Amino acid sequence: MIPEVDLIFKIAGIGIIVLLLNILFKQAGKDEYAYILTLVGVVLVFIVAIQMVQRFFQEVRAVFGF
Amino acid sequence: MEILLFFGITLVSLIFIIILRREYEEYAVLLSALVGVVILLRLIGRLTELIQVFTYLAQKARVQPDYLATIFKVLGVAYLSGFGAQICKDAGESALGLRLELAGKIIILFMAVPVMVAIFEMVLRLF
Repeated sequence: MIPEVDLIFKIAGIGIIVLLLNILFKQAGKDEYAYILTLVGVVLVFIVAIQMVQRFFQEVRAVFGF
Repeated sequence: MEILLFFGITLVSLIFIIILRREYEEYAVLLSALVGVVILLRLIGRLTELIQVFTYLAQKARVQPDYLATIFKVLGVAYLSGFGAQICKDAGESALGLRLELAGKIIILFMAVPVMVAIFEMVLRLF
């Protein structure tokens, strides 16, 4: 499979897992954990995204000769 | 053809974006930005070949290479600022997108000034 597309599925997977766990946490009444989990999810997705954007910038610089 | 690949990637991530948009807007924005990144990373190979063809043609036409380099830089800046501006507009922050486009225009103008000056001097030399 193509490595870049795996990253998209990884991000989507993280998003859906965080979504499900949040629903569970809300039911269990522990809202603070739900909020912490959302932050952790956002940080994880951001790390993956920044790595890909960095590769994207390297490619663009190489191609257009910045 | 590879267009099927791009169509598939876009469709699948569209579905994920819609799922995630209800609860988390930030994931949807990041995901839509990353689809653009993935598609361009696939196209980089063809883009380099295109640029090599243009450079070859420019050498045949005896165009100064630095003018051509400026053209490619302007192309890159225009593409990136447009890409970023579209992401901001998608996320609903069109004002932010306009700021980025303004920055891109100013940078392009800044890069184009030496070429304009050179043309102006060339024209003056004719008279």
